[in-house]
Amino acid sequence: MVAHVETGHAPRNRFIAFASRWLLTTNHKEIGTLYLCLSFGLFFIAGAMAMMMRIELFEPGIQVIDPLIYNQVLTLHGLVMVFGAVMPAFVGLANWMIPLMIGAPDMALPRLNNFSFWILPFAFLILLSSLFMEGGAPNFGWTFYAPLSTTYGPPSTDFFILGVHLMGISSILGAINIIVTIVNLRAPGMTYMKMPLFVWTWFITAFLLIMVMPVLAGCVTMMLTDRHFGTSFFEAAGGGDPVMFQHIFWFFGHPEVYIMILPGFGIASQIIPTFARKKLFGYHSMVYATAAIAFLSFIVWGHHMFTTGMPLFAELFFMYATMLIAVPTGVKVFNWVATMWRGSMTFETPMLFAIGFVMMFTIGGFSGLMLALVPADVQYHDTYFVVAHFHYVLYPGAIFGTMAAVYYWLPKWCGNMYDERLGKIHFWTATFAVNLTFFPMHFTGLAGMPRRIPDYSMQFADFNMVSSVGSWLLGLTQVLFLYIVIKTVRGGEKATDEVWEGAEGLEWTVPSPAPLHTFDTPPVIGDGDHR
Amino acid sequence: MQRSPDRRRCDSLSPARALKSGLAIAALCVIPCVSIADAIDMRPGVTELSQRIQQIHHMSFWVCVVVGIVVFGAMFYTMFAHSRSRNPEPADFSENTQIEIIWTVIPVLILVGMAIPATSALRDIENNEDSDLTIVVTGSQWKWHYRYLDAPISFYSLMATPQEQVQNLQPKGEFYLLDVDNPLVLPTNKKVRFLVTSDDVIHSWWVPDLAVKQDAIPGFINEAWARVPVTGVFRGQCAELCGLDHAYMPVVVDVRPEDEFDAWIEEQRLAAELAGEAAVAARAKTWTMDELLPIGEEVFVTHCATCHERDGEGQGAKYPALNRGVITTGPIEGHIDQVMNGKAGTEMQAWAPQLSDLEIAAVITYERNSWDNALGDIVQPLTIYEAR
Ligand code: HEC
Ligand SMILES: [Cu+2]
Repeated sequence: MVAHVETGHAPRNRFIAFASRWLLTTNHKEIGTLYLCLSFGLFFIAGAMAMMMRIELFEPGIQVIDPLIYNQVLTLHGLVMVFGAVMPAFVGLANWMIPLMIGAPDMALPRLNNFSFWILPFAFLILLSSLFMEGGAPNFGWTFYAPLSTTYGPPSTDFFILGVHLMGISSILGAINIIVTIVNLRAPGMTYMKMPLFVWTWFITAFLLIMVMPVLAGCVTMMLTDRHFGTSFFEAAGGGDPVMFQHIFWFFGHPEVYIMILPGFGIASQIIPTFARKKLFGYHSMVYATAAIAFLSFIVWGHHMFTTGMPLFAELFFMYATMLIAVPTGVKVFNWVATMWRGSMTFETPMLFAIGFVMMFTIGGFSGLMLALVPADVQYHDTYFVVAHFHYVLYPGAIFGTMAAVYYWLPKWCGNMYDERLGKIHFWTATFAVNLTFFPMHFTGLAGMPRRIPDYSMQFADFNMVSSVGSWLLGLTQVLFLYIVIKTVRGGEKATDEVWEGAEGLEWTVPSPAPLHTFDTPPVIGDGDHR
Repeated sequence: MQRSPDRRRCDSLSPARALKSGLAIAALCVIPCVSIADAIDMRPGVTELSQRIQQIHHMSFWVCVVVGIVVFGAMFYTMFAHSRSRNPEPADFSENTQIEIIWTVIPVLILVGMAIPATSALRDIENNEDSDLTIVVTGSQWKWHYRYLDAPISFYSLMATPQEQVQNLQPKGEFYLLDVDNPLVLPTNKKVRFLVTSDDVIHSWWVPDLAVKQDAIPGFINEAWARVPVTGVFRGQCAELCGLDHAYMPVVVDVRPEDEFDAWIEEQRLAAELAGEAAVAARAKTWTMDELLPIGEEVFVTHCATCHERDGEGQGAKYPALNRGVITTGPIEGHIDQVMNGKAGTEMQAWAPQLSDLEIAAVITYERNSWDNALGDIVQPLTIYEAR
């Protein structure tokens, strides 16, 4: 009897210890891990939603999910990918790597760090639970244009608003933490212009977050008062203005898309020099280009609204400003190529993903430049051409960037090398599948297929079938990724402290796996060069 | 139809001729390229502006291709030539002000070159003056309404593709999802101005071949225009997510020679008069249940079944069941009010503007006497007329 009770106790204690360790942790590495795991899980949920849509789009006609469900799945896919997969992944990387890269013992505000993470699971629980509510989940697209989302939104819209508020709070707190850490905890001798580029790009991203997340919060709050408290911000019948909604949304939304890519730029700028065994070309211009992109991101929001009936001068302004973004973006791409130039390159999986990132992000950049031209945008806008464009910058852009980072730093995190052969298989199949999925969307868009439709006319059938097959393959390749990561965490060839022979930077001076506490005494950076 | 010139070019390169001229390999490459290029390009459309827009698209596309060849070419070259096996000793440079200035300035010049034609086309797109004909286009969930400002003509335009095709019970037609009951009829060679607005959520009126895409926004009236030099039927779709049946609100424009257009206007004028007379006759008559039910069923299937379903069971909580419904089995005044005036702030719209007295009377009668509902009461068109 007594023995029985004791054996019953042990696992329970272990569970409590486990739960309180992860619930109460203030350690940047553990919180980083939590962010990455959450993001990985949500990536699969939102990915499954994409698969569902591609099943419906495999053929014309309504087969599996009817329009009622389709619109809900479409909306949640976008929201969960943006706020649940991409952003937390980058914040997780920031948590893990920024202190290691600047020689800090932890983030500057560790408890705040815990709080900003633990808000997120609840935010997504609230958002996803709307699927099971009466009237269904939000069904107005991730851009939730009024009045479709206000007057016509389902009851669950209020839960969506609450969820967005929580995500916003989490992002703002996370961004404050990152800024404070970078400003205050750099190792002695690490001047701003010696910071690794990943730190720089995140520093700038954090400012973007602080500036635009409150705008999003204001936007959803106005929705809430329109829905329940008798205001008419966006309600034409009450003297409000539905177009103002779009201005406010995209004032947040455009910087948001750079929030989802700037850390990726930073990752590429870490990885390419390592495997080219050569210093990053044009460090200073990389920093200035990032800042320029961030600045421009605030004055181009109108390019999402060229068909709303803007006056000519506004269209011209937004067109020119948008085209200008190509200049600093081009500088970055040229710098990466120049970094590779006359280097001594090897092509391990992180390098493959980084190069894939640069190339396919550039393809997305090209279509972005085409979209900037207002006359042509009249034909592209709200078609699959746009879907192709932003998936090119997000999937082989932001997500390949994250995967490159995972392959690059995973040995440092868990002390084991990943399986190089599987990593390469993952890269090549994912690259093939990404292009098979998204490249044909350019064509369907040019032929005139609107986005966000569950059913389409016969002329679009062939390319949609190709896209659907590609997307299922793409989903499978990410299951392989999951397997590789789990396999690496559980064992494998031991990684050295330096991990990569060409790698430079403070993170490679600590042991692999990185112990829970690093840089208790700050390292001193000499006058030697930055990377 | 507007693509036929391209097809002809493709035909003239028949393999036999090409083989004879000894360019077999070249031809084998060119033929698929030409026909594929046709399938994957932006549609040229039929107006002067749509073709200019396609040229702008081509210009920016080829600029991107050239830049892409240079950048990706350099990347592939360096990956090949500067791998560790070929270049074991990395070079040691990380800055070069000159080249950095060059690759900042050159893109600026290219961009200026692209902005010039785009700006001039945009000025023409936005020039809505001196129109010959004005049409008010109003979107509502999920149909378009057209009103000719210069003639007493207005009508709704609904998708004509039957539900059976959507549900895969019938083979899909050539214009699956792109067919409407009443297309917008336009004359050739006239500058037609569209005033685009909406009754409920935001829609977007888009005809690719006319290069007109204009958001229909409640409370706003947006302008766009087109001058179509050729006759033909041009098809498009709503381009802004507008709720459940966003995929099912096509736009069809039927462009006719000017004299045929004038004849059509005259025809419509007469039809409106006849409809007026028919309405008067319908009011004067007392209808029986057997007469009203088939009319009501037809109205229900075309207009109401998307939301309430054919069996009257609705869809979840959002679209209420009419079978054994509170209102459909409640007092008749409430039922008439709901159908005529809709319910503000929901997708249940006011049907009084769109349906005739007879149609409203018939559909209400149908709803009260179908499925499990058997109230036995009949609504007469006169009642509806008086309730207007
Ligand atoms: C766009 C979708 C849609 C269409 C089309 C539509 N309805 Fe409705 N209908 C609704 C919604 C939503 C409600 C619930 C309104 C509310 O919240 O009270 C409703 C409610 C009703 C009700 C009241 C049901 C009850 O018990 O509350 C009746 C009667 C009705 N509709 C009849 C019709 C008729 C007749 C037509 C065709 C002429 C039609 N509807 C077309 C969406 C639609
Ligand atoms: Cu619409």
